[in-house]
Amino acid sequence: MTTIENHDYDVLIIGAGGAGLRAAIEAKQQGLRVGIITKSLLGKAHTVMAEGGMAAAMGNVHSEDNWQVHFRDTMRGGKYLNNFRMAELHAKEAPERVLELEQWGALFDRTKDGKILQRDFGGHRYARLAHVGDRTGLELIRTLQQKVVSMGIDVYMECKVLQLLKDSNGHIAGAAAYWRHTGEFVTFSSKTVILATGGAGKSWKFTSNSWEGTGDGHAMALWAGSELIDMEAIQFHPTGMVWPMSVRGLLVTEGVRGDGGVLRNSLGERFMFNYVAPMFRAETAETEEEADKWYDDHSAGRRPPELLPRDEVSRAINAEVKAGRGSPHGGVFLDIGSRRSAEFIRRRLPSMYHQFMELAGVDITREPMEIGPTCHYIMGGVKVDAETTATKTPGLFAAGEVAAGLHGANRLGGNSLSDLIVFGKRAGEGAASYIAAGGGSGKFKQSDVDAAIAEALAPFDRVEGENPYDIQRDLQDMMQANVGIIRTGTELEFALSELDKLTSRVQNIKVKGGRAYNPGWNLATDLPAMITVSRCVAMGALNRKESRGGHTRLDFPEAVAEMGSVNFTQSSSDGKWNGKYQIEGKPIPKITPELKTLLEEAK
Amino acid sequence: MSDITMRVWRGDSTGGDFESYTIERNEGEVVLDVVHRIQATEAPDLACRWNCKAGKCGSCAVEVNGKPRLMCMTRMDTLPEGPVTLTPMKTFPIIRDLVTDVSFNYEQAAKVPALLPPPMPVDGYRMFQQDVERSQEFRKCIECFMCQDVCHVIRDHEENKQHYAGPRFFIRHAELEMHPLDTNDRREYVREEAGLGFCNITKCCTEVCPEHIKITDNAIIPLKERVVDAHYDPVAWLGRKIRRKTKTSATEAAVQPAP
Repeated sequence: MTTIENHDYDVLIIGAGGAGLRAAIEAKQQGLRVGIITKSLLGKAHTVMAEGGMAAAMGNVHSEDNWQVHFRDTMRGGKYLNNFRMAELHAKEAPERVLELEQWGALFDRTKDGKILQRDFGGHRYARLAHVGDRTGLELIRTLQQKVVSMGIDVYMECKVLQLLKDSNGHIAGAAAYWRHTGEFVTFSSKTVILATGGAGKSWKFTSNSWEGTGDGHAMALWAGSELIDMEAIQFHPTGMVWPMSVRGLLVTEGVRGDGGVLRNSLGERFMFNYVAPMFRAETAETEEEADKWYDDHSAGRRPPELLPRDEVSRAINAEVKAGRGSPHGGVFLDIGSRRSAEFIRRRLPSMYHQFMELAGVDITREPMEIGPTCHYIMGGVKVDAETTATKTPGLFAAGEVAAGLHGANRLGGNSLSDLIVFGKRAGEGAASYIAAGGGSGKFKQSDVDAAIAEALAPFDRVEGENPYDIQRDLQDMMQANVGIIRTGTELEFALSELDKLTSRVQNIKVKGGRAYNPGWNLATDLPAMITVSRCVAMGALNRKESRGGHTRLDFPEAVAEMGSVNFTQSSSDGKWNGKYQIEGKPIPKITPELKTLLEEAK
Repeated sequence: MSDITMRVWRGDSTGGDFESYTIERNEGEVVLDVVHRIQATEAPDLACRWNCKAGKCGSCAVEVNGKPRLMCMTRMDTLPEGPVTLTPMKTFPIIRDLVTDVSFNYEQAAKVPALLPPPMPVDGYRMFQQDVERSQEFRKCIECFMCQDVCHVIRDHEENKQHYAGPRFFIRHAELEMHPLDTNDRREYVREEAGLGFCNITKCCTEVCPEHIKITDNAIIPLKERVVDAHYDPVAWLGRKIRRKTKTSATEAAVQPAP
C-alpha cells in the first residue's frame, strides 16, 4: 500500500469554532506544537451564527451582578442537572476571558463610560451579554481566528476527520482524515486530541444548524470509549423563522426579545403571561404594564415573561399553535416593530432586519415576524472533567457544544459563547498538563487507519445502492416527527426501530462521481455519526421518564425529583457505529455546601 | 408553478462545461435551495460551498448570471426570467464545479501585522462607542471574498496577486489603522507591501459587498490619504531623512509577541 501523508503534533484540535481556536491559542502559548483541523474554511464555523452575545458577570450595566448570580441563573436554567463545578468555573472565569478578547482586537459595543456594554437575555437576572449588535459570534470567531493566524498555528482547512486513533495502550494517538479538495487520505499523529466539533442539530428537519452540525465529535468520542451524558437534552430555540419554507428553522436572535420584542398569538394576545412556571413566578411580571416598565428600569417592575428560559418559551409557543391560535404558517408572531423605533431596530438588530427583508420580504420595523421553535443546541455530549475537560479516554479532551455538563437540561442564551472561551482555554491547559505528566505516544495502529479508509471508500465500490441524500432526508423527517420538542415513549421506541432500518440503509450507500470535493461522498461519511447521535438522543429520551428542560415527555409531563440527580450515561463497548450502546443512570456530582447555599438563597 | 432551468458550470482545473438542470420552482426559494435540490436528486457530486445559509458566514459566493452573489441570500424570484447561470468566482483557481481555491486570501491574512495594544488595565480598556464604530463597520466583513473576485486589479491580472492585497484586506488594514488600541503605524506597509496604489477607486468592491460596507469611501480613500500624508508630504519626508522613526512600524511589529 502507498504511504499516507502524516502530520505530527502535541495537540491536535478538531474543529475551528470558538472552543477549538481558544484551545489552540492556549496550547500554543504553553509552547506546544498545535494543529487545527476544520471541515470548512477557517472562520466559517457555526460560531459565526451566534447573534445575541456572550454572558459574563462583569457588572458594567448592573453593578449588582457577580459570579454568584450568574452561577445561580445557569443552574436554575439547567434545571439543576448541571455539573455544578463547571457552572462555577464558567461564571467565575467568563469576565476575564471576555476582557482578554479586546487585547486581540475585538470591539464590543460600549457603555456611556467606555466599558463593554451588556444586554438582557432570557434567564439572566441582570443585563449580562457582551455583544456587538446582533453579530457577536462573528466578532468572536474573527478575533480568535486573527489571533491564531498571527501566532502561526497550522490550520488544515476542508479536511474531514473520519475516526480517532489510539495507541496499543488505548490512549489517544491521533486521527484519520481526508482532504475534501482531492479526496486523498491524511493522518495526524498526536499526543492529545481536543474535540471542539460543535453540535448535532443536522439530524432534525427544522434546525438552525449548518451542514456541519452532524455530531462528529459526540460520535467519535463514544466510539473511542468515552461516555456521553444528557443526550436527551436538546434545545429547541423558541424563535426560528417559519416562512418561507426554504428558510424554516433559521434563527431569530433572542436579542429581539431582550430589546423589547413580544410574542403574540393570532388573537393578538401576549400569551406568555399564561405560561409562567411556579419556579419563575416570583421574579416575572404579572401584567403588561409591569413588564414594559422593566426594560428601562429593572427595579420598576419584574421581568417580562418573554424572557423566561428558552425551554419554557418553546413549550408555550408549541401549546399556542396546538390550540389553534398560531400564525398562518404554523408559528406565532414576534413583534418589535410596534414597540421600538425603526432607527433603534436597525441599529440594534441589523442582521435580523436584513434577514427578514431579503429572505421573507418582511420589514420588521413595521410588521411582526412569524416564528416558531427550531432545533438549536444539544446540551448533552461528552462527559468531561470540569477542571481539565478530560474525557474517559486518556489524551482525549472536549470543549464547547460537544462537551456536556455546564448547561444541564437547558442552556441559557449567551452562555454558549462564554462556554467556548472558558472551557476552550481549559482544554488547552488540560492537554498541556497531560503532556507535561508524560502522557501520549502519538503511535497509532496502522490497521485502524486502513479500516477507516476501507469503510470510507466502500460506497464507491458498490455496484448499486442508495443516494445518501435520501437517507439524510428520511432521518431528518423521522427525528423531527418522533424525537422533537414533545416526546412520548411509543414514538421514541418507534424512532429506535426506524434507526435500525436507517443503519442498514447507510451500509448500502452508493456514491456517484469521483473523490474530489464530492458532497454526496462527504454526506455518506457524516451519516454514521448522525445515526449514532440520533440513537443516543432517542435512548436518553426513552430512559428519562420525566420532563426537564430541553426534554419534554407527554406521558411524563412533570419533573421527578429523583431523576434530577441522575445523568443518563451512554457508552459503547465495541466502538462500532452500527453496534449496540449501553445506557445507565449515574449520580451527578454532589454540589458543595457553599454553592448549595447560593442556590437555596435564591429559592 | 413553472419549472426553472439552472445552467451550472461543472468541471475542474483541467476544464469543464455547462450542464443544464430543469427543476420545479418552489415559492420563496433562494439559489442555494435550488442547488441543494439538484444535489439531492440528479447530481449528488455537484460541488459547492455553504455553511450557515443565512448570509452570515460568506461561504456560498458564486457568480449568478455573471455577478458575484451569496447563493443563500439571492431569492430566485428576484432574478430575470429564463435560465439562471451559475459559475465559480473567476478570480480564484477552480477546485471543482462551483468551488474555488481561495487560499490567496488566507495568505494575505497571514501577512497582516497583528494588533499591538497598550497593556490592558486590570478592569479592561476604556473605549467609546463613537471611536469603535469606524472599525466595527469593517469587522462586519463575512469574508465571502466577492470584493476580491470583482476587483479588476487581480481579476484580470493574475500577476498582480503577488503584490496586491485586495479590498478585503484594505478594510482589514483600515480597521487596524483606525482601531482605538492599535499602536502600529501601518501606512508604509500598506503602500509598500499591500499595493494600495494599484486601486483606482472604481468601487466595484463596494457594490458587491453583502454587508454593505463602504469599502472605497470609508476604508480605501482614507487609507490612501493617510499614506499620502506620510509618504509624499515633503516636510514628513525631510523629517524621516533627519531622524529615526519613533513609532513602531508594522513590519517590525509583526514579529513582536502579541499579548
